[in-house]
Amino acid sequence: MEFIYYFGDVFSPLSFLLLLCGTIGGLILGATPGLSPTMAVALLIPFTFHLEAVQGLILLGAAYTSTVAGGAVSAILLKIPGAPANIATTLDGHKMAKQGQGAKALQLSFLASAAGGIFGVLLLIFLTPLLAEWALAFGPSHLFWLAILGVTVIGSLDSASVVKGLLSGCMGLWLATIGFDDIMGAQRFIFHPSLGGGINIIAALIGLFAIPQVLTMFAKGRRTTGAEVIEVQKHSVLDATRELFRRPRALGIGTITGSIIGLIPGVGGQIAGLVAYDQTKKFSSEKEKFGKGHSEGVIAAEAANNAMVGPSLVPLLTLSIPGSPTAAVLLGGLLIHGIFPGSDLFDNHPDVAWTFINSMLVGQVLMCLFGLYVAGLAARVAQVPQSVMAAIVLALSVFGAYSVQSSMGDVYVMACLGIGMYFLERFGFSAAPLVLGLILGPIAEANFIQGGMIADATVGKASYFLTGGLNIILIAVVVASIAYSAWMELRSRRYTTKEEAQA
Amino acid sequence: MKKLIAGAAMALMGLAGAAMAEDYPERPIMMMVSYGAGGATDFQARIVTMTAGNEDALGMPIAIINKPGAGGRVGWNWFATQADADGYTLAAYNVPHFIAQSIKGGVQYSAESFEPIANWGADPAVFVVAADSPFNSMADVVAHAKENPGKLTFSGAGLFVGHHIAALQIEKAAGVKMAYIPTKGGGAAAMKAVIAGEVMGGINNLSDAFRAQEAGNVKILGVADLQRSDFLPDVPTMQEQGLDVDNSSVNFRGVMVPKDTPQEVIEKLAATVPQMFANDRVAKKMEAGGSPMHIMTRDEVKEMWAAREQTLKELLAGL
Repeated sequence: MEFIYYFGDVFSPLSFLLLLCGTIGGLILGATPGLSPTMAVALLIPFTFHLEAVQGLILLGAAYTSTVAGGAVSAILLKIPGAPANIATTLDGHKMAKQGQGAKALQLSFLASAAGGIFGVLLLIFLTPLLAEWALAFGPSHLFWLAILGVTVIGSLDSASVVKGLLSGCMGLWLATIGFDDIMGAQRFIFHPSLGGGINIIAALIGLFAIPQVLTMFAKGRRTTGAEVIEVQKHSVLDATRELFRRPRALGIGTITGSIIGLIPGVGGQIAGLVAYDQTKKFSSEKEKFGKGHSEGVIAAEAANNAMVGPSLVPLLTLSIPGSPTAAVLLGGLLIHGIFPGSDLFDNHPDVAWTFINSMLVGQVLMCLFGLYVAGLAARVAQVPQSVMAAIVLALSVFGAYSVQSSMGDVYVMACLGIGMYFLERFGFSAAPLVLGLILGPIAEANFIQGGMIADATVGKASYFLTGGLNIILIAVVVASIAYSAWMELRSRRYTTKEEAQA
Repeated sequence: MKKLIAGAAMALMGLAGAAMAEDYPERPIMMMVSYGAGGATDFQARIVTMTAGNEDALGMPIAIINKPGAGGRVGWNWFATQADADGYTLAAYNVPHFIAQSIKGGVQYSAESFEPIANWGADPAVFVVAADSPFNSMADVVAHAKENPGKLTFSGAGLFVGHHIAALQIEKAAGVKMAYIPTKGGGAAAMKAVIAGEVMGGINNLSDAFRAQEAGNVKILGVADLQRSDFLPDVPTMQEQGLDVDNSSVNFRGVMVPKDTPQEVIEKLAATVPQMFANDRVAKKMEAGGSPMHIMTRDEVKEMWAAREQTLKELLAGL
């Protein structure tokens, strides 16, 4: 209960001002395509040089929480996920926006974010020592199986047919192999120097999601028929809150999946949203509505990606190991003030540690309030004429892709992937499974090779990957996931053939 | 007044184009870091350049830009081929990384592509084991490796980086075969593998290992450097423990410019930058962050690069 003692510090004038700035600034940065939470936090680091440790961390913590949530804005309204965490949000969120429910989708996403986020931070407050052990329990073999679990999602994600989903997943896996391989030292598919570092995930996200949108908008030409403009239905916050509580399953699954997966160093943030989305879909009684603008999809994805924020800091705060790129940047923010995360932080600087954690709790609430306020306004983005919109999105895309590593190479990669995706979409392929392949490929590959090297030197591959409690549980989940998908596929096929026979 | 003195000094040295050097720098300078924001190199680069805008330093701020990817290759490739050689584009170097990469090939740079300016830090590699490990000295590690050839697993951040060089040197010096497990995701992932018990030991940066030891998670068994570190006065070097491992794997960090940068600009930078690093505020921040400083002038760095290239060529020849 130590944390309550330090709540007062969050509300000192300067701290609270910084918290406000971080939250509002974070929402804006997060809503800008291409500015991922990691980037946003890195941009703020130089400012913290001139602040005290506590205040600097409040700024960084607030920015982290609200950029993750802010990413939903561009995901829902423009179908451009700001960061990998927001991919799952686009699936149903953008469909809702197209149906005129943009305001509702945004309200739901901010409410779900806050609910998930607060749960995540509470976990961080109460269960940190326990969670630290859990975070360490995942070795290479477990991460490999976890990535395979992600692969089982690929087929059923946002595609008309399983085969096309798997095919685009494979394309993603291939794209992921490009570049220098850190473990074996091999150079793969580097046709051009700008591919040396591999395909940057943020540049790929922008290209695969935004560019096809832009091209589609341009392709429609200058017809200014009124039908082009999407109307925005007003939606009251109270209704959104009621809707949220009518969907406890989506909220619960999202929050819990996000918290558990967020904890695992190196994997967490990127796939939490997608795994939660898939699980919610499997347990839902309205499966067929997913991908067509169903509120459960938005709630699960956003609850998961904000629930991940708190637990993702556990390895950093307790073991001094940054578990994600954003945590690595936060580590820099701590070190610059001479504070070492780990027992030193909680024993000798409890004011810094707890004020930081408290500020994330308060930050979640502030983020939700401001988010709800702008939701109504932001949804009007959909009313901007398409030709204007296309130009703005294109400019933001180029800016976003360039700013990731200040590199024109990334802009070319974005453009090539985008143009390719435009044509693939014509043939019924979709971007989400491709991106999932791009994210999971390196995780699966690196952990398999690394685990293999350890196994060869010790117990052998078979017993390293196939024995041990956690391995067996994960394998069981993978098998269950595949079996369930296959069963659903067969059942739906039987129904369709029956209907066809009757007709 | 200072400009006058500087100008006079330049004139005394009989340099042509003193006027140009006198004006330099007249706009903010950019420094490229070939690792991601928040990493040790980025973090240190931001600290050592924070006083660049002071009157007694360059008088102009230095802005850091990150071009991460492929263990630094992306940034250094860009720097060697596309950066303007006008003195307004600097880069941070990591030795032995970029020299080892250029020896292994597949990149567009070598030590000749760059001109060193000054060195700010030296982060030695250390051998760490988990806090509950039975190993208490390098002798224990070597003895175990001798009994179980190829079975002692130890982690490090990738291939052809300081950690890998240290690993090769230790194996060579002890005459044993061990299983080096390179991790993806840098030193943090390698450290996690040690703490979680996935591997039996690991090579890591002194600064990160020092933090992990403070947190009670690891034991540090040896430092791969010529003398003990101020941060760890109780930890013996490899040589003290009978392993012939020199300072080839020490991660030297400093500033360099592209090859064709005007000589006057190089001279000006080489004169000013080491003083800038020596600033009190810089030293305090670096120490607080657990980052060992080691300031070297341009001539010392040149010598160090040449020596490093020699040893690395021999060491990597068999791979």
